[in-house]
Amino acid sequence: MDLMEFQAKTVFAKHGVRTTVGAVVTTPEEARAAAEKIGGRVVVKAQVKTGGRGKAGGVKLASNPDEAEEKAREILGLDIKGHVVKILNIVPAAAIGEEYYFSFLIDRANRNYLCIASAAGGMEIEEVAHTNPDAVAKISIDPATGVDEAKAREIAVAAKYPADVIDAVVPEIVKLYDVFIAEDASLVEVNPLVKLEDGNVEALDGKVTLDENADFRHPDHAEFEDVSAADPLEAAAKAKGLNYVKLDGSVGIIGNGAGLVMSTLDVVAYAGEEFGGVKPANFLDIGGGASAEVMANGLEIIISDPQVQSVFVNVFGGITACDAVANGIVQAFELLSSRGEAVTKPLVVRLDGNNAEEGRRILDEAGLAGLERVDTMDGAAKRAAELAAK
Amino acid sequence: MSIFLTKDSKVIVQGMTGSEGTKHTTRMLASGTNIVGGVNPRKAGQSQDFDGKAVPVFGTVADAVKETGANVSVIFVPPKFTKDAVLEAIEAEVPLVVVITEGVPVHDTAAFFAAAQASGKTRIIGPNCPGIITPGESNAGIIPADIAGQGRIGLVSKSGTLTYQMMYELRDFGFSTAIGIGGDPIIGTTHIDALRAFQDDPDTDAIVMIGEIGGDAEERAAAFIKENVTKPVVGYVAGFTAPEGKTMGHAGAIVSGSSGTAAAKQEALEAVGVKVGKTPSETANLMREIMQGLSK
Repeated sequence: MDLMEFQAKTVFAKHGVRTTVGAVVTTPEEARAAAEKIGGRVVVKAQVKTGGRGKAGGVKLASNPDEAEEKAREILGLDIKGHVVKILNIVPAAAIGEEYYFSFLIDRANRNYLCIASAAGGMEIEEVAHTNPDAVAKISIDPATGVDEAKAREIAVAAKYPADVIDAVVPEIVKLYDVFIAEDASLVEVNPLVKLEDGNVEALDGKVTLDENADFRHPDHAEFEDVSAADPLEAAAKAKGLNYVKLDGSVGIIGNGAGLVMSTLDVVAYAGEEFGGVKPANFLDIGGGASAEVMANGLEIIISDPQVQSVFVNVFGGITACDAVANGIVQAFELLSSRGEAVTKPLVVRLDGNNAEEGRRILDEAGLAGLERVDTMDGAAKRAAELAAK
Repeated sequence: MSIFLTKDSKVIVQGMTGSEGTKHTTRMLASGTNIVGGVNPRKAGQSQDFDGKAVPVFGTVADAVKETGANVSVIFVPPKFTKDAVLEAIEAEVPLVVVITEGVPVHDTAAFFAAAQASGKTRIIGPNCPGIITPGESNAGIIPADIAGQGRIGLVSKSGTLTYQMMYELRDFGFSTAIGIGGDPIIGTTHIDALRAFQDDPDTDAIVMIGEIGGDAEERAAAFIKENVTKPVVGYVAGFTAPEGKTMGHAGAIVSGSSGTAAAKQEALEAVGVKVGKTPSETANLMREIMQGLSK
């Protein structure tokens, strides 16, 4: 889960990292009140989970409360790369000396941690790495030993941070590593990390990605969930414990296993080329079990998506045999009709693998309205795309 | 022959007495795996019955290894306890540890992978994977043993169900070993590790490699193939339609900015001569042609 800037700074502050959380507001009037309370010049910052806010006009300086209200009015509702601004962070305008870049992340290739740091901050680090690779230090971190003061000093020197900030930056690096580990973050990024005119070093911005697999030891992370921004179908699926991602197309997809479902989306899009660019409507992995209830819940979410024109159920019977899956589908239809919801969209089912013959027989005998059986993945994808195009 | 797992493998199951552990221990035994024990500190000294076969339960992995000579451990314990379970197996110097558990925090995986590297004695497969099967010999994990039999194709995949799908498509040829490495950001055994082992395995003639979006493991595997693999390799990559910034089921399956895309992986593989199928069936057909060519 990605955090918004003010949430990231809240987490930083919890671990003693020097930062200014400021005020969090949702209306221009609140922005004015916050600016009055802070006094002096303030910065009005859009809170969206994407980069490039500054370029998009989502970060503005205001010299008084009137201006803060005006800027807030301009920024609220702005669409930044598909993210509509609903929340603003108001902070005092800092007297900035220099800007640096700093991050900790999971290094998938080396299977440990990586620190990326540079004295060239405030801009996209990928761009700096491209134009001036020598300015970007990449330091490998052994999870067994972590980052102590000595390692933090090594990082600060490698990053070519100026000599006069090293002493101030070292304790901040140690505390940022504490954020990375203690909060189970897969990314902690500070851009810019700034040297203030008084010589202190502060995290002016923050980007944190939390590992949802570690939620069991962080009940407090639930408060960071941005329920309002979530797609309503995704929110409904999550409430039912389903692994669902909303996409833009018209073929609803249900499958078992993340890899097979991803593959199903591709195969549908590939088959859909023939029918004027029909695309998958969602990712939905119902897992290995494929019980009637999970199948019913999945179907319920998918048929409630107004974009969906046809549904493709793609199950490979591995651990769960196809007869159990077929019974699950039949019972799911019954469950849905008992909930007062009928499956009104055409359904293409492909069952293959363990006990496929028996599973197909069960489906044929049930004679469910609107359900077609196609026994190959490619063929079923084609049929589902064709039905969606009608 | 095969890679990592053979008929001589002696397997213990950490978490055998739990519901998943019991279910899959039953299946592993049925497929001929030599399961020599389970581990549960609260049930040490007892034994658990699996269709008439009594499997002893030990209090620690070290005890199990000492008593049985076990050299493989399959882990089914819940995510909360996985790190400690893997560390215990590393401590006991178990050569192969297969972590089936899904939902392990990435910092926990980083910690136990670092410990395994430091010990130099343990290979980890997973976490969040279906395990490894050498058909007809041994099955450590949850891959259904009846999909395909013994043969001369090696299979390595990030995805469980795509492993099953591919084994099913190529069941008329069979497999030397099929290994599901898992789709988490940090995994104990990579495509490269499996490719190297298959290249060295005299009973593997050709290799199917299945990848998916996220990270650059497939690109690095491509570079490895170019330098080190002389056996034919066929590839498949899932996730062409995945949107940027969304996790697609597997914790590691995410396109971030312009990195980790399926297109980049396909391109990298094709650039080193690996044929990449557009669908799983097409991929299976590419392998079919290769196997038919080899038998001529």
